[in-house]
Amino acid sequence: MDYYKFRVVKDRLVKFLVYLALLSALVPLFSMLYEVVMRGFSTINIEFFIKPTPTVGEAGGGVANAIQGTLITIGLASLIGVPIGLMSGIFLSEYGESKLSVAVRFLHDVLSGVPSIVIGVFAYALITRSIGFSVTAAAFALAIIMIPIVTRTTEEALKLVPMNIREAAIALGIPRWKTTITVVISGAKKAIVTGILLSIARIAGESAPVLVSMGFWRWWFAGLNRPVANLALNVFIFAMSPFENWIALAWGSALVLVLLVLGISIAARVLTRERC
Amino acid sequence: MAVKFDIQNLNAWFGSKHVLKDINMKIEENAVTAIIGPSGCGKTTFVRCLNRMHEIIPGALVSGKVLFNGINIYDNGVDPVMVRRKIGMVFQKPNPFPMMSIYDNVAAGLKLNGVRDKKILDAAVRRSLELANLWDEVKEDLGKSGASLSGGQQQRLCIARALAVEPEVLLMDEPCSALDPIATAKIERLIRKLAENYTVVIVTHNMQQAARVSDYTAFLYLGELIEYGPTKQIFENPKHELTERYLTGEFG
Repeated sequence: MDYYKFRVVKDRLVKFLVYLALLSALVPLFSMLYEVVMRGFSTINIEFFIKPTPTVGEAGGGVANAIQGTLITIGLASLIGVPIGLMSGIFLSEYGESKLSVAVRFLHDVLSGVPSIVIGVFAYALITRSIGFSVTAAAFALAIIMIPIVTRTTEEALKLVPMNIREAAIALGIPRWKTTITVVISGAKKAIVTGILLSIARIAGESAPVLVSMGFWRWWFAGLNRPVANLALNVFIFAMSPFENWIALAWGSALVLVLLVLGISIAARVLTRERC
Repeated sequence: MAVKFDIQNLNAWFGSKHVLKDINMKIEENAVTAIIGPSGCGKTTFVRCLNRMHEIIPGALVSGKVLFNGINIYDNGVDPVMVRRKIGMVFQKPNPFPMMSIYDNVAAGLKLNGVRDKKILDAAVRRSLELANLWDEVKEDLGKSGASLSGGQQQRLCIARALAVEPEVLLMDEPCSALDPIATAKIERLIRKLAENYTVVIVTHNMQQAARVSDYTAFLYLGELIEYGPTKQIFENPKHELTERYLTGEFG
């Protein structure tokens, strides 16, 4: 009987520790969200969403140009990163038993561990130095960050499609590549889209590589060889400025960024849930 | 008898494991040939060698000849994709395409090979489902997911899918092992019906099933063809001691 009590105590103790750990993980998250929402919310009004960055000393202004710029950068990065990541993922899952694929898999692991600022410097050396600080350079850097994420999630998603589904298609006399793009990918479509969305959420908030390769910009989109404004950089630059109006806009930008990433993550979750 | 397959010195490996050893046999057209033998004797590998499905497994290797209508399917210049269109396959576990409707499952082989004409597809779907004795059960809900059917229906759907591309041969790898006795009986009746127009090769570890459905039986043991002949003779009067011991349940 004593032993039984001892086990009950142990069980409660472990449970308590687990909840404590959960709580200590949630406290910083919620306090950060609280702060961002409370401070950001007060700066948000219609002007905030339709006006570009104000000049120093000017009152009001907004982050419309940064929202535009961030969407352009993300879009461009996805245009480069998603096809490459998808194809690599397909290669690793469907043709992935060669020495080449072992090397590719290893390089992707290395790539996903490279600090994002190093990737920014790489984009600077490769693109910024030839065409200047530009949205193209930033999109290139962000695409490189996306590629290993998309590759890995695509590979995992495709591997979950049972082998016997592939065999059924192949035995019908359907060529291998057609089997892959129709039967296999359609079976893993939702998981692949989820992976792409999560990689977009990941790059939406990147600031270091964007700063190095594109720099800060206060105006609207002006061409692919020019910079664009960026929400993450707004937070970085405005927050450190001495102007109250800019500091308020930093909180507003942070809130928009958090909502954007949250929105993408929720969309990804909803898609994953529907799969089951 | 008309010979559909003439198999000469067929050997197969998985990596360094020698799973089929010097198989020589002729398979008759429009008949049911059963492949029996204990687990791991190479039955499945054998049928997979007949439509070049063996080679899609990494590390798998084949040597020897498989003459299909007189042409060696392992010759250089023979496209395995074309081989598989002539020689269909039904697998152990029913494997309808999960994201497709019943209609699309049956039409998949034609659609993915470029057939677009709705009339041709409709006719092929109906003909195949009728042939597979499934039409009456599903004609009202062709748009439903193939995965919503029962196990036995799914297996008949897979047979219909294989038949839709109009193969000459149907290879069946233990098609009833995941099914209950009633569904099994339906598939067995279907196999007899199909033998009127198709060559059927069926792998089974159920000896009674081999006796019920097949015209010829081959007994494989440890990768070797021990005995092959008319089913009646194999079951009533086996020539080889191993065959007799297997059939009487001494091992297996």
